Amino acid sequence: MFSKLSDKLVETFKRLSKRGKLTKSEIHEATRQLRRILLDADVNYKVAKQFCKTVEQKAQAFLENPPLDPGKVFKNLVQNELTILLGTTALPINFSSKRSFTVILLAGLQGSGKTTTAAKIANLLRSRGRKPLLVACDTYRPAATQQLEILASKIDVPCFKEGDNPLRRAKNSLKFASSHGLDVIILDTAGRLSIDEQLMDELNKIKAETEPEESIFVADSMAGQQILSVADQFNKSIGLTGAILTKMDGDARGGAALSIREATSVPIKFIGTGESIEQIEEFHPDRISSRILGEGDLLSLAEKASSAIDAKEAKKTIKKLEKSSFGFDDFLKQLEMINKMGSFSGILKMIPGASKFASQISEEDYNKQLKTIKSMIQSMTPEERKNWKIIKGSRKRRIALGSGRKVEDVNRLLKQFKESMKIMGNMKKQRGIGGLGRMFSGKFN
Amino acid sequence: MKSLIERLKSGLLKTRAGIEIEKFDPDLLEERLLAADFGLQATEQIIESIEKGRGRENWKETARQTIYDILKTVEKPIRYYKSPFIMMFVGINGGGKTTTIGKLAYQYNQAGKSVILAAADTYRAAATGQLEIWAKRSDAKIVKQPEGSDPASVAFDACSSAKAKGVDIVMIDTAGRLHTNDNLIRQLIKMKRVIKKIDQDAPHEIILVIDSTLGRNSLVQAEQFNNALGLTGIVLTKLDGSSKGGIVIDIAKELKIPVRYIGFGEKVEDLKPFDAREFSSALI
Repeated sequence: MFSKLSDKLVETFKRLSKRGKLTKSEIHEATRQLRRILLDADVNYKVAKQFCKTVEQKAQAFLENPPLDPGKVFKNLVQNELTILLGTTALPINFSSKRSFTVILLAGLQGSGKTTTAAKIANLLRSRGRKPLLVACDTYRPAATQQLEILASKIDVPCFKEGDNPLRRAKNSLKFASSHGLDVIILDTAGRLSIDEQLMDELNKIKAETEPEESIFVADSMAGQQILSVADQFNKSIGLTGAILTKMDGDARGGAALSIREATSVPIKFIGTGESIEQIEEFHPDRISSRILGEGDLLSLAEKASSAIDAKEAKKTIKKLEKSSFGFDDFLKQLEMINKMGSFSGILKMIPGASKFASQISEEDYNKQLKTIKSMIQSMTPEERKNWKIIKGSRKRRIALGSGRKVEDVNRLLKQFKESMKIMGNMKKQRGIGGLGRMFSGKFN
Repeated sequence: MKSLIERLKSGLLKTRAGIEIEKFDPDLLEERLLAADFGLQATEQIIESIEKGRGRENWKETARQTIYDILKTVEKPIRYYKSPFIMMFVGINGGGKTTTIGKLAYQYNQAGKSVILAAADTYRAAATGQLEIWAKRSDAKIVKQPEGSDPASVAFDACSSAKAKGVDIVMIDTAGRLHTNDNLIRQLIKMKRVIKKIDQDAPHEIILVIDSTLGRNSLVQAEQFNNALGLTGIVLTKLDGSSKGGIVIDIAKELKIPVRYIGFGEKVEDLKPFDAREFSSALI
């Protein structure tokens, strides 16, 4: 649903470019389109309104000095403004210069991922030479303490739980840390509603008692409209120093980041990007801004790709393409490489222009197709794999028979193979892989 | 004690800082709907219904009616037609699955039904521990296996034990993981298949738990879980904050999945069957 919207924005940009000049009404129309996209990314409606106003105002400058490519210029304007609002790249944790330890207080709504995040931060800081202590300050949720204990023992970090209420545990943990030579205290507090005065008051007392260097708001990246007021209320009552966005490995566009920044002006320090304990990353405003706009997250893709794709292998492929000696074995290798990069639809979503394919191709379909393709290629002779042009009538029949498919399937495979060669030829030119989705548009049943 | 409507409304009023709109103002209404996580399309539809109709003087009623008309179609309580009645609860992490199951178990127990809880979230640390505490509170039996064991086999054990002992209701707590996680989806599909070995009609309910504080992505989640598993119902949780869960409008319009319950607090009684009239009144 969303990709349709972002495609519309792309169209709007394109239309602006084609005309080569801008009118007031065109700018207005583009801003309207932009607002839809922001709202659909869960950016708070007030923030979206203000943002569009700013963009529309700044775009007026193009009327007098028409740029050569208005679409591109407008897009850059939007992206820049977004990035500015989102703040700078991760500021590190502020460590105490006065005390022998630093206190990090984590707070947020229920289910935002505080306990998991606490363990992730402990693990990260330990890998940077710190000696962290995890403190279970959630005495409300059944088994919350147990959850933190299990996570702590997995990463071999001590977990503190002495005291029958959150305030006492927080207080006691400071003494424990000093006497045990631990230098970072991470307080995992209970999830609470910002309108729950009693619990907010408790948080305030914990803060007064422990004087944390960092008071961090943990928010779900899928959060809706109300996160603006929630973040505002947390900030007003305990004074935040930062925020963390969790569950960024999903497909939410994370407009909440913008709302939180607008409400609190505190930096977003980290993002949680997966289930396992090491999946926490620094925040990159430029990447999130493309994600909010549905532009895809090319940088993250590049990172993923570089870990999965063998650079030598890739070079070989390009050479082969140039010499037109690209064969079915290479084709299979390529498909397997893509597979190694993780969820196929997840990858497509990161690619500008290809996100529209993501919803059309289910993971299972993809895996099934990969299997089918594999079985057909494995029914080919080495000669056929190297030179697809020799695959004619009787060879097709033999391949179909060998792989338990029909001749039509073999035909489709050949067609897809040819198409993908074309696409990869383009890729070389454009340095993008936006055409990949098309490889799987024809289905085998 | 305040009624549910009052409690839901007071949350909304807090977000509106007490401003009441009396005269029809499409911009203000739009803001109010957007703030409740309505989609832009649904918002426009509601505003249009007022602008076109004769409802301008009585615009609040018209808006409520429009929302009610949509929500009425998904107001369908669970029908217990079989014993053991097997229910699977699915959803992303932090949505409130375990809490919802706990509250329901307590309510069933009060109503004199016997309950087995299946701790099929063998992934999250202490998930079983959390469910165990709820089982104790509601006098329900619990079926569990060590962390990391096969969730489908936990579900199977619970269902076959329920059948053997003549237990009324089985509730299966599955791992909360993102809908983009293919392993999770495959695991759930397998679980569903395995349960069918006990009873061909089972699971009788596959319920998606949705966190009302989340935004537009909930629609995507519902779509994907529905595609993979065929959902029979939705529970909307965490309505005690300022979030209104307007996303159910889109889910009702696009996917037509019944809304079974709403959750609005930490206490066991803070879970009620969904009432479309009440809900639409609380929204506007």
